[in-house]
Amino acid sequence: MRGTRRKQEGRWAWRLTGFVTVCVYIFMFAPIVATVVLSFNASMFGGFPMTGFSLQWYSKLMTNEAVLAAFRTSLWIALVTAAVTTAIGVVTAFALVRFEFPGKQALSTLVILPALVPETILGVGLLVLIKAIDQPRTMLLLVLGHILLAVPYVVLITQARMVGIRRVYEEAALSLGASRLSSFREITLPLLIPAVVGGALLAFTISFDNTSASLFWRPAGVETMPTQILSMLKISISPEINALGTVMILVTVGIPLLGGLILQSLTRLKRRGEPKEEMK
Amino acid sequence: MERRWTLYDPRLAWMLVAPVLLLLIFFLVLPIAVMAAYTFFTFVTAGVETSALTTANWHEFFTDSYYSGFLLKTLRVGAITALLCGVLGYFPAYFIWATTFKHKWLLLLLLIVPFWISFTIRTFSWINILGEQGVINVALPKLGIINEPLPMLYNEGAVILGMLHFLLPYMILNVYVSLEGIDRTLISAARSMGCTSAQAFREVTLPLSLPGLAAGLLLCFVLAAGSYVTPQLLGSGRDALFGNLIYDTIMGELNWPMGATLSIVLFVVLGFFAAIYTRYMGMSQIVKGLAG
Repeated sequence: MRGTRRKQEGRWAWRLTGFVTVCVYIFMFAPIVATVVLSFNASMFGGFPMTGFSLQWYSKLMTNEAVLAAFRTSLWIALVTAAVTTAIGVVTAFALVRFEFPGKQALSTLVILPALVPETILGVGLLVLIKAIDQPRTMLLLVLGHILLAVPYVVLITQARMVGIRRVYEEAALSLGASRLSSFREITLPLLIPAVVGGALLAFTISFDNTSASLFWRPAGVETMPTQILSMLKISISPEINALGTVMILVTVGIPLLGGLILQSLTRLKRRGEPKEEMK
Repeated sequence: MERRWTLYDPRLAWMLVAPVLLLLIFFLVLPIAVMAAYTFFTFVTAGVETSALTTANWHEFFTDSYYSGFLLKTLRVGAITALLCGVLGYFPAYFIWATTFKHKWLLLLLLIVPFWISFTIRTFSWINILGEQGVINVALPKLGIINEPLPMLYNEGAVILGMLHFLLPYMILNVYVSLEGIDRTLISAARSMGCTSAQAFREVTLPLSLPGLAAGLLLCFVLAAGSYVTPQLLGSGRDALFGNLIYDTIMGELNWPMGATLSIVLFVVLGFFAAIYTRYMGMSQIVKGLAG
């Protein structure tokens, strides 16, 4: 009897866990679903009830010059940030995993700080610095700031992958006469590809999303997508903002998913072409 | 004559890390150092200050209860958010870890998707749920449960809810990563020695997952206490947190020395909590959580 009661308790605990899990997932996605649904609302006001299906807010969005300009700005910044951060982040991770040098520990800690220090502090700090040396806020500053914010993630992701790649592969290539550069390009980089792509995508979304720090760093008169949304929200929530949100969700969720799918099919193709090999 | 480079030459390592190192020095270390110096500058009028050294900013911070009140409120909101995240985040993390569901990856992917969706959008989308025209206030009167729309937006609860929404994935992933590190045979061993599943959880699983929970709590606390956008969008003026105070002091009042002082205060206070954490837990768990 006792045994069955105990088993029952276990089952109830498990059901409770499942129930809370479902609730948390609903909690996380309900507002996003509501926003997407409302973007198709025919009503003038940004809210329920639904009065009919309409795409007018999307067409209105397409003619909103301020939004389009902000979108272009954010896209450029994010692309540059992703490219540069991936390049410098990957070589840093390579050095941190493969090499021994004085100050390595300190650098490993320093490199994750931008992810831990609140953006407000990073934002104010950089502003105070350029005010102290009497420089204007420029686009370059904003991009470099975004790179700073994305670097920790790229380095950590690459480091995690790098640890699993044995150095004998590279050393074999070197001992067979390959130059350092070609050994990195031919051996290390291909093995790192998942981390490189993952890091680049993450850097892109971090930059594309960044709000708080961009509010401090953007040059006068420049709006990025998030700051544009923020200033539009100062008036009130409108169906147009919901439509804008939906477009943004499609872009920022679609790109990584697509990237992941491409990557997966690529590795599958490769595996088919090559003899099986364990990578450990 | 140049000395030949050895295979893992430290000089080469320095060259490889140079770009990131320079970025960190000029955009992270130096700004914070200059900011620390700025706290001793004299505020003249909006946008103007002199480098005449003074302790007036610090004096004002420590004597004016306006500032300490802000700080305490921010820490309270951060702590409440982190604790709620811990309680609500543990269940899904445990569920994903323990489930035999075949498409576990889908549950994990759904946790990562929010990271891709703009933070601003995720935050304002709560207006569509809680606002006067939101789901709840439109559905409930129709069902006859309430007559007046509930004022759910623009209060502290909404701010905490919004932060919970953006921080829960961090917490769940942190706990999950640490659960994944547990050797499952330990649990089978406990069960075969006569532990009930509840006892096995309390004595084995929970203690071994504490590092992840602690890392999650620290991350959620720091991110919540440093937030700016959430109180701005979901709170009223009274619910502003320390981040908003800093922004208004600098961008609104143009009082740069005071803004620098407040930033340094927040930096030191949050750094203090992070230091206590690393003193007992080390950095590795945070690293795992961020990279996972």
